[in-house]
Amino acid sequence: MSLLEVNNLDVRFALRRGDVQALRDVCFSLDRGERLGIVGESGAGKSVAAFTLLNLIAKPGYIAGGSIRFDGQELIGMRDRALRKIRGHRISMIFQDPMMTLNPVLTIGEQMVECLKAHRRISSRDARAISLRKLEQVQIPSPSARLDQYPHELSGGMRQRVIIAIALLLDPDIIIADEPTTALDVTIQAEIMALLLELCEEHNVGLILITHDLGVVSQVTQRMLVMYAGRVIEQGPTREIINDPQHPYTQGLINALPQMATPGSRLNQIPGSMPSLDNLPSGCAFHPRCGFVTRADGSTRQACHDQVPGFVTSGNCQAACHMVAEMIERERIPAEEQD
Amino acid sequence: MIAFLIKRLFHALLVMFVISVIAFAIQDNLGDPIQQMVGQSVPESEREALREELGLNDPFAVQYLRFAANAVQFDFGYSYVFNEPTTDVILRHLPATLELVAASTFLIIALSIPIGVYSAIKPRAWLSRFFMGVSIIGISIPVFLTAIVLIQLFAIGVSWSPFPADTGWGAWLNDLLTTDGGMPAYGRGDPVPVFGTWETNFASLEGLTYLVLPAISLASIMLPLFIRLIRAEMLEVLQSDYVKFARAKGISPRRIYFLHALKNTMLPVITVGGVQIGTLVAYTILTETVFQWPGMGLMFLDAIERSDIPLIVTYLMIVGLIFVITNTLVDLIYGLVNPTVKLTGKPA
Repeated sequence: MSLLEVNNLDVRFALRRGDVQALRDVCFSLDRGERLGIVGESGAGKSVAAFTLLNLIAKPGYIAGGSIRFDGQELIGMRDRALRKIRGHRISMIFQDPMMTLNPVLTIGEQMVECLKAHRRISSRDARAISLRKLEQVQIPSPSARLDQYPHELSGGMRQRVIIAIALLLDPDIIIADEPTTALDVTIQAEIMALLLELCEEHNVGLILITHDLGVVSQVTQRMLVMYAGRVIEQGPTREIINDPQHPYTQGLINALPQMATPGSRLNQIPGSMPSLDNLPSGCAFHPRCGFVTRADGSTRQACHDQVPGFVTSGNCQAACHMVAEMIERERIPAEEQD
Repeated sequence: MIAFLIKRLFHALLVMFVISVIAFAIQDNLGDPIQQMVGQSVPESEREALREELGLNDPFAVQYLRFAANAVQFDFGYSYVFNEPTTDVILRHLPATLELVAASTFLIIALSIPIGVYSAIKPRAWLSRFFMGVSIIGISIPVFLTAIVLIQLFAIGVSWSPFPADTGWGAWLNDLLTTDGGMPAYGRGDPVPVFGTWETNFASLEGLTYLVLPAISLASIMLPLFIRLIRAEMLEVLQSDYVKFARAKGISPRRIYFLHALKNTMLPVITVGGVQIGTLVAYTILTETVFQWPGMGLMFLDAIERSDIPLIVTYLMIVGLIFVITNTLVDLIYGLVNPTVKLTGKPA
């Protein structure tokens, strides 16, 4: 059994005009030490998924159904006191914007020591020693001086290093990193990502990396999920998805990378924009933007308009697409006829 | 730190200069001082001689410089009514006002923080809604009305029986509407002397009872304001990433609310608070009048009624000084609480 298993996760936001479904039927798993990427456009539900794992979604969001099993325990419905023992201890988080993540009126040392003290019976002196060691691990210059500094005295890159050090303080099983490099300078991004990867490998920490940077995903993760409008639409080994994406949306994403455009011509893009969650199109949520709704022979694939596609397996990957399902079906029937 | 203090001292001097010009201009334009001093029978020639002798015919700038030179030595002249130095009169009335303001400030701090924090943590609880509703009423009712209602309820007492007294619930409701009164609501009672002209109400239980109603009515405007301010700030801080990150670290809610969030909430509250303490001193005019509290506010109103110009000017100068001092102190405290502010005045 995997370390973390998420099944049929259903998260909604209770708004005055009715519930809006932010996550539908999200399933994935993570093994010990495995690195999983979650990609998708803004608003696809990546961050909601990350916050839901530790039940940190803010009201009016709530978990309407599904299960999150971590190391044999069900996290959904767990009392807050018990969940607190897991947060920051066995599953820790790295947030997007290091400028906003640290409390401006508390020193780095205070913010590290309190985390250790929340989970272990430990003296302040020992906690400081551990904090110092973690700051050394994240390669911060003059770490002992940092403990007594306030966040505003550190640059963005250094703050993200501090946050990584905090995430590693209690040797967690999983780190959830929600776009950990988006807010940083490009030159710092690679450094921070390399550091995170190195530390995860060294300590055998599982990583859930939420990003919209396909380059980072391909370098860091072993498996990936592609999300669209609150739903997982493709998942499988990262390399296979990047090299041979099945779902038209994933194809569009990869095609939209600047490297994929012909020099001198416009960058490729997926036409249209993601629908808002409270007004999803019928059938496949991607069909209004999809170039495969019409078949090669000119006929319309009606299922794209009417039915929410289920997962079909193609090689090691799974994709939720009627077109892919049809292609697999077509390949399978001649093969059976030949037998 | 030293640089900050010097800079603030310079600011303070500038503010005091402006206040003194305005105060002196009032003195110069509120009627003819000679008329206040001499009788009707004194002929015009003698009046003119007196004017010349007192320097009242000198240009404004010369007169102002003379006034300022004396003012620097805390000599603002003699009160017409009390016939003694105005500073002595003020010093005699200052302790009563400061004690009233201190009691109100204590009430405001002791009540606004817990109520504000509670109503931010549980914004939907009926108690929070109740506090918010009451605070709107509190802000809208003027101080003197609050004071009069308090006097009626707790000093005089009321006995209403609008409900049928022969039924159990009617009697209970009537009991609820009936108050005994008996709280002192006139003057300071017998304050205990501390040193010099300073007498205190804080030294005895009886003295404290005299403070209760005036302090509540003085606090009645500021308290709701601060409850709402703290609530609004706290609500915003609770949405911040660093609070979410603290949750993700597994920190207990109590520590998150009262350390992570409250410390950030208090930053703007301290700034506003500094200005409001000064305003509180100004509001004492109303409160002291209703309760006949023998402080500076009551004295000032008296001075206006009797055209005691030197006393009016001195009051303006002293209140200005209190404003300047509290604001400087608040800036100092702010610098100590907020690590991102360096007291040199430059952002780090």
